[in-house]
Amino acid sequence: MINKTHNTINSLTVIPYIFVLPFIITFLLFFLYPIISAIIMSFQDIAGFRDVTFVGFKNYRNLLNPHYYNALRVSFTYTFLTIAILIPLPLVLAVLLNNKNLPGRNIFRSALFMPALTSVIVGGMFFRFAFGTQPTALFNHIIGWFGLEPAVWLQGKWTGMLAMVVLCVWRWTGVNIVYFLAGLQGIPNELYESADIDGANGLQKFFHITVPSLKPVIIFVTTISVFGGFSMFAESFAYWTSRSPGDIGLTLVAYIYQTGFNYNNFGFASAIGITLLAIIMTVNLIQLKIFGFFKEG
Amino acid sequence: MKRFLILATVIIFLVCLASSGVFCQSGEVTTLTFWTFQESHKRFLEDAVETWNKDNPDRQLKLEGTVYPYEDMHNNLLIALQSGIGAPDLADIEISMYANYLKGTKPALVSLNDIIEPLEDKLIMGRFESYAKDGIYYGIDYHVGATVMYYNTEILDKAGVNVEDIKTIADYEEAGKKVVEETGIPFTVVEVTEHWTLYQEIIKAGSDIFGSDGEVILDSKTNIDILQTLSDWVNVDKIAVSCPGGYTHSEEFWAFMNNGGAASVQMPFWYLNRFTDYMPDLKGKILVAPAPAWTEGGTRSAGMGGTGTSITNQCKHQELAKEFLAAAKLSEEGTIKTYTVLGFDPLRWDVWDAPEMSEPNVFTDYFVNGIDLFDVLLEVKDEINPTVITDIYPAAINLLKSEASYRTIAQQTATPEEVLKQIADELRAMQ
Repeated sequence: MINKTHNTINSLTVIPYIFVLPFIITFLLFFLYPIISAIIMSFQDIAGFRDVTFVGFKNYRNLLNPHYYNALRVSFTYTFLTIAILIPLPLVLAVLLNNKNLPGRNIFRSALFMPALTSVIVGGMFFRFAFGTQPTALFNHIIGWFGLEPAVWLQGKWTGMLAMVVLCVWRWTGVNIVYFLAGLQGIPNELYESADIDGANGLQKFFHITVPSLKPVIIFVTTISVFGGFSMFAESFAYWTSRSPGDIGLTLVAYIYQTGFNYNNFGFASAIGITLLAIIMTVNLIQLKIFGFFKEG
Repeated sequence: MKRFLILATVIIFLVCLASSGVFCQSGEVTTLTFWTFQESHKRFLEDAVETWNKDNPDRQLKLEGTVYPYEDMHNNLLIALQSGIGAPDLADIEISMYANYLKGTKPALVSLNDIIEPLEDKLIMGRFESYAKDGIYYGIDYHVGATVMYYNTEILDKAGVNVEDIKTIADYEEAGKKVVEETGIPFTVVEVTEHWTLYQEIIKAGSDIFGSDGEVILDSKTNIDILQTLSDWVNVDKIAVSCPGGYTHSEEFWAFMNNGGAASVQMPFWYLNRFTDYMPDLKGKILVAPAPAWTEGGTRSAGMGGTGTSITNQCKHQELAKEFLAAAKLSEEGTIKTYTVLGFDPLRWDVWDAPEMSEPNVFTDYFVNGIDLFDVLLEVKDEINPTVITDIYPAAINLLKSEASYRTIAQQTATPEEVLKQIADELRAMQ
């Protein structure tokens, strides 16, 4: 009897399932269940414990409001700007740091990675003061060197966006450098040697060997950056907590937080969450399609 | 086997009895858990527990207080109450968040009517309405939050302005022009990313965001005129500046004010401790006075801000918690301590002239009229206008903070009428 059970567990048909079981359980409990719950909640008005009413598509109809449109605009702009900076900049830095002749490259590698280890709230506090309105605040001091008047950074639509992007770039450049450095290790040196023989210069080698070879890494970094951009909340929260003047820092996740926790309207918050899920999936599918990720071979 | 079953049954029975409290004898210590977002509130209740334990040797209490950041505490409490598990016995809930906890037909908080109603004639009852629904009181505040004006006498003296002469907003504007002309220093500040300046003026003028029946009256002519006046102070008359940092609780404002950046600021009485804590250089220079009224003989104050301490329905010792809360926050001794420990204006007006209120402390030392601070409050006692709170109050405050003064005064992209009408319509759509 015992032997039979032992053999069944040990068989090739069962054992793989046992190995993937922890993942399956985690996925069902912490991902699928909340997603299904959120879908159900998005059709409900939730006033309290056991005080729930089904309201059909009311929460989705309520999405047609200026705050939601604004949150969409902020999230799209932020994602676009962060990707526009966080792919080329770390790529170039990674190539530089990969150069064995660069003096002190290990120090640079650690220094650039350090912000990723810092809490975004702690970093955000520093940047909040750095973007202060006083002429003595860091960024006003810097623009003062160029004869510019002190700016009220955290109250303007574009200066507020700049502040969020600066914090994001400061924090994530190091992480993306690590991804690109890993990708660079995989490019065979022979390619560069043949290019040298053919008389290619540095730029030509970068655009015709390095960038194409790093395509899978670029796709990966873009995909996670789309997730990161649309799900951004902490940067905005660090500057303005959950409410920013004129909604300049109201991203989709900040809007979920605001309606859920500040207004106790979890039904509506869930509806925003479901649209966010749909947006991220659509944007990523388009992006992967453009990069040719689905092409066979 | 049979003997084993009997033994097991007895053990289970005993365990059940013990956990249900049958074995709890009088004199045993009862633990109450308490969540707050203010370290000083925790200190205040710990002090109250000490007093309670001295007065009630047979019903000893132990307070397990936890101080969370503001947002975290409110989020955790909301989730705990909604899920029906994990809430503390007592919790502090800030006034602008309070309506969230009264939503629906069954608020998860305990009625406090039996400890509040017997004291009605001694309490500033307007302050209890903010934490009530359908005639049931769910929370007890720490203070009245009466709006007063804080004047920097050093600047006023330089300009030759006498505070006694400032009775109305027109006088205030006149004094402002004189101060700016004589000293070049802004007379006051207007918040642009928070709501205090505008909200205080609206309430002081006898108006509100919501009417007494809960209807939205934010876009009334009175409110539009008030926002226009504040905008003119900054952009036309130049007697005020947009608050550095956007609001009067920002580090930048404290530094600005501490350096003599403005001659006056209107905030509630509980702002006293912001001066003592964050603006040390103004010691001996700040005079607390009644705020100017909008009309001759009009009301001069508003009950602003606050935090209600509530008992959750998950509390296992609700009666004891109620008695303790009454002793801590409604008794004479307790309310006096809201001033001596916290620097707040007590909820019971019958203690405002108690001798303890004029004994030397950090506030009497700091303010020009420190010894007579409560005379200011007694003067405006009957002029402290209450606020109407409804289910959508959190959204209303949020919109005031992020839209009203910001768009009209800081950005100047909308007129007061446009912006107040837009907010009012949005609030109406939520109702």
